[in-house]
Amino acid sequence: MNHLPQGWGRPRDDVYGAYDASYLQNSGPNQHTQQPVVTGTSVVALKFKEGVVIAADNLASYGSLARFTDVKRLRTFADAAVVGFGGDVSDMQYLDRLLTSLDTEEAYGTTGHTLNAHNLHTYLSKVFYKRRSEFNPLWNQVLVAGVDQEKKPFLASADLLGTTFSAPSLATGFGAHLAQPILRTLAPDEEAAAGLSKEQAVEAIKECMKVLFYRDARSMDKYSIAVVTKDGIDLRENEKLEAQSWAFAEKIRGYGTQVN
Amino acid sequence: MFRNNYDNDSVTFSPQGRIFQVEYASEAVKQGSVVVGLVSKTHAVLVALKRNAEELSSYQKKIIAIDEHLGLSLAGLASDARVLSNFMKQQSLSSRLTYGRAIPLERLVSAIGDRAQTNTQHYGKRPYGVGLLVAGVDETGPHLFEFQPSGMTQEMSACAIGARSQMARTYLERNLEKFADSSREELITHGLKALKESLAQDKELTVENCSVGVVGVRAEGKAVIEAFKLFDGQDVKQWVDLVADGTEEVAEGENMEVDA
Repeated sequence: MNHLPQGWGRPRDDVYGAYDASYLQNSGPNQHTQQPVVTGTSVVALKFKEGVVIAADNLASYGSLARFTDVKRLRTFADAAVVGFGGDVSDMQYLDRLLTSLDTEEAYGTTGHTLNAHNLHTYLSKVFYKRRSEFNPLWNQVLVAGVDQEKKPFLASADLLGTTFSAPSLATGFGAHLAQPILRTLAPDEEAAAGLSKEQAVEAIKECMKVLFYRDARSMDKYSIAVVTKDGIDLRENEKLEAQSWAFAEKIRGYGTQVN
Repeated sequence: MFRNNYDNDSVTFSPQGRIFQVEYASEAVKQGSVVVGLVSKTHAVLVALKRNAEELSSYQKKIIAIDEHLGLSLAGLASDARVLSNFMKQQSLSSRLTYGRAIPLERLVSAIGDRAQTNTQHYGKRPYGVGLLVAGVDETGPHLFEFQPSGMTQEMSACAIGARSQMARTYLERNLEKFADSSREELITHGLKALKESLAQDKELTVENCSVGVVGVRAEGKAVIEAFKLFDGQDVKQWVDLVADGTEEVAEGENMEVDA
């Protein structure tokens, strides 16, 4: 046996020839996540008088492949908030575990204290910012919906860079281009959002999901939708888009084989 | 040299099941000047008797503001209280930074309780030689907590610790049922009266030796708070005058039974 420790656990040079050390070298810089892999697409949300409606479809794509069709991207927190995840699904699952342990810690030993949606959003934004500062970002954009300390509707986004943003209506991913304009016409400002009923808000969000399904190639017609108010969360995870009509498709002109 | 064989460290039980070092630490609390705390449905108040080591020195600080929503008063080793209060300030600040939330009082008090208990279970460590009254408000309203060097913490509706504090406690026990519905001013007056009970015969309350700390909610069940404020010197004159010797005897003289 070789008495030199650096020889231990290696193929013997006299039997196999000199060991090719290049296999052991990790040349070049250490690389963290450079891009998301399995991804969820848009999350859309809209405030109304008593709360917030939030929705996301149940698809996790692998590139352009619709890889997993039963992935729930809305997560409730302590019956007080809903987090909608866009972006990398494995990072979503990591955050999900993080929030579960946070919830457990918060519920432990104390009574009457829970983190509200506002607290949760602050926390998540700090997590994102810490990770991007380590050059190892969590590749998500999330929407946090719920009510704040004064029991008023709360809706805000946080993303992989730690950027935060708040508005009466928010959408991530493709939804930011396709759904946001629709929601903005309905609720251009906080005042208008405060005038919306729950039914109006749900209707608008469902309309957005339909538009997204028609126009976003990474979307699906099965989706989750949640309504958060101060009284709790109504989460439905297996909704299906109804009353679709592809009649307009025939009339599309301008590309492909029909140039005019 | 030693009182017995079982007080060399804080990890050894005596055959009677006592830990002498912890008991001695409690004695340090009894050497400190008296502090009183009490709560109503809207406010938590701390009042303290300050001492000066010598004529030429200033008075030792007895009340420390921790955060906007809480403060503490100490009896015992002031330097140990500084260590604990610095830790509490850090925890409060960290809660505000990561969650955007004022830390729940119970959480903070448990944290220092855990720290103090650790000191009673490790060889080479010593217990803190200070007792604290922590007063503040959080989501669940105003609270008062007592902290002892043993690591014991408990919520109190009124409490007094320090030298001759038994007299103050007796006052508090006698008037306990009045506190809950007391106004801010009434509560402070009760606190000063309790403090006065435990004064040595030749001593009286003056603006120099008296500190008052007040924190509360603007209205019962409201989120808007009256931030913790420390009153010293001329700022306590209004209340010190209220409980001065002359005024009280006139009020009580009417009901006093007089020997025929």
